[in-house]
Amino acid sequence: MKICVLVKDVPDAAVQKRIDPSTMWLDRSGESTLNPFDTHAVEAAVRFKEGDDLEVDEVVAVTMGPEGAQRALQKAVALGADRSVHLCDDALAGSDVCATGKALAKVLEAESPDLVLLGQQSDDGECYTIGAVVAEHLKMPSLTQVVGIEVEGDKLKCERQAEYGYDTVALTMPAVISVGDAINEPRYPSLKAIMGAKKKPVDTKASSDVGLDASEVGEAGSKTTVTALNEPPAKEAGEIIEDEDTAETVDKIVTWLDERKLI
Amino acid sequence: MGGILVYALHDGEGNFNKNSLGALSAASGLAGELGSEAAAVVVGDVSDEQAQALGNYGVAKVYRAKDVPEGLAQPIVDVMAKVIQDDGFSYALFGGGLLGFEIGAGLTARLDAGVTMEVTSVKVADGKLIAERPILQDSQIADVGYVGEPGIIIGRLNAFDIEEKGGTAEVVDVDVDLSEWSTKAEMIQRGEQRGADVDIEAADILVGGGRGLGSAEGFEACEQLADAFDNGAVAATRAVVDAGWYPYAAQIGQTGKTVAPKLYLAVGVSGAIQHKVGMQNSETIIAINKDPNAPIFEFSDLGVVGDLNKIMPKLTEALKARKG
Repeated sequence: MKICVLVKDVPDAAVQKRIDPSTMWLDRSGESTLNPFDTHAVEAAVRFKEGDDLEVDEVVAVTMGPEGAQRALQKAVALGADRSVHLCDDALAGSDVCATGKALAKVLEAESPDLVLLGQQSDDGECYTIGAVVAEHLKMPSLTQVVGIEVEGDKLKCERQAEYGYDTVALTMPAVISVGDAINEPRYPSLKAIMGAKKKPVDTKASSDVGLDASEVGEAGSKTTVTALNEPPAKEAGEIIEDEDTAETVDKIVTWLDERKLI
Repeated sequence: MGGILVYALHDGEGNFNKNSLGALSAASGLAGELGSEAAAVVVGDVSDEQAQALGNYGVAKVYRAKDVPEGLAQPIVDVMAKVIQDDGFSYALFGGGLLGFEIGAGLTARLDAGVTMEVTSVKVADGKLIAERPILQDSQIADVGYVGEPGIIIGRLNAFDIEEKGGTAEVVDVDVDLSEWSTKAEMIQRGEQRGADVDIEAADILVGGGRGLGSAEGFEACEQLADAFDNGAVAATRAVVDAGWYPYAAQIGQTGKTVAPKLYLAVGVSGAIQHKVGMQNSETIIAINKDPNAPIFEFSDLGVVGDLNKIMPKLTEALKARKG
């Protein structure tokens, strides 16, 4: 069987993220990296491949994004994916959730995976929704924020937290699962794996290669539009103490609490 | 202009979620401004009386799909897609909650519709709804409008206040053929409670522990610190509850509890949005974290940048000494 892992290249955590006011899109010019939430999905896929519960032939990392998004794919391969697919086309720029879901579903359709895994959210857009959008296009059952998966025949018994406690749900494969970051502790890639990743095949596709019409994606295919950006209501900045001398720090905290009658 | 359709989540026995009731209240107000109506969708075991009672939050009509199970998104996508298409709704609105995210996302694909999530407020401009969505760690708020119909709006936890307006809703039973793939997820168990039952909602002082504690043992130090206060208790982030470090009943945030104690003392908590929404209304917030860039410092009244393993025991000691 084949597992596809959806990954995303996102601005590095150290980069101050900003919206380009001329396009209302996220400025992606700075350093970028594999979305940290996706590393848990790659790890889950690789563990399935290494384990005996599923017969996994290959793990394929899939992304959509500008040229630089290859970095995310390379990292996914360094973490254990066998190869990668990159949907890369100027026509895709400015895609919202609706258009992105459509485009990713087309790429996945061409791969016909038995299981699609992805992280619970992207570190930049924080939409939490792509998994469920893609699943609907692929006509597959899906579950998000999954923190445990057990194989039972052709079913995957998944657990996650929902509004009223822990839910256990059995999904019949093929299925789409977004995993929470508590599902595993991703490994660090070895230097050898990092070097080797650069040699693994990357299949770069344009929209037309997967049967997408330019009108379905990018700004043309998007159904939302950002009309304005506003500053949130100002909140008075709190006081900050740098702990240099812990006894002194504790004194300051106690005084602070005392002044507010909290002790 | 069609109306606003709201999904009302319940516990399986018709007790509705307060985020859903908030969404119904908001939808009814917005529909009034648009000159249309708000309606609710419920699935599963909901009695006539329970469904009619949703009228109290301003909805005129409740669509009920009795045979569709509550708790899984895709069957509810089938129900809502049918109601939206048959009766021409212009918007679908969800209160904060995991299932709302999944159903809203499914509708986006099914109806080729725009979606905005984590919405904190909705306003009317030129006869259309605009969703306000905080982005980039809440540093800016985007006004999001929709191209075509319907528009899908998924609220953030506690975004919409409940307003009781009086009234009774008309209940319309709907029959829906489920999509084949909607039947391929099966609920084995819903709403399982794990770990000890602790009451964090009654505490005046909460010590909230996060991943920065390093291990389950870190919570012992939290408990000692909480004991050093009067009426203190320990709360936890989702990440550490999922990791099995602390009981589910103590979880704050998106899928856990919402608290507003006199003091929330966050130790090793980064301050992710999912946690923030559950504790940001605390009267005072103190954060201890070694990462000076942790988002928690942006909404703390007092931020302590340092090693919690050094600070917590000394603070506990100092508080105990004071108490005598």
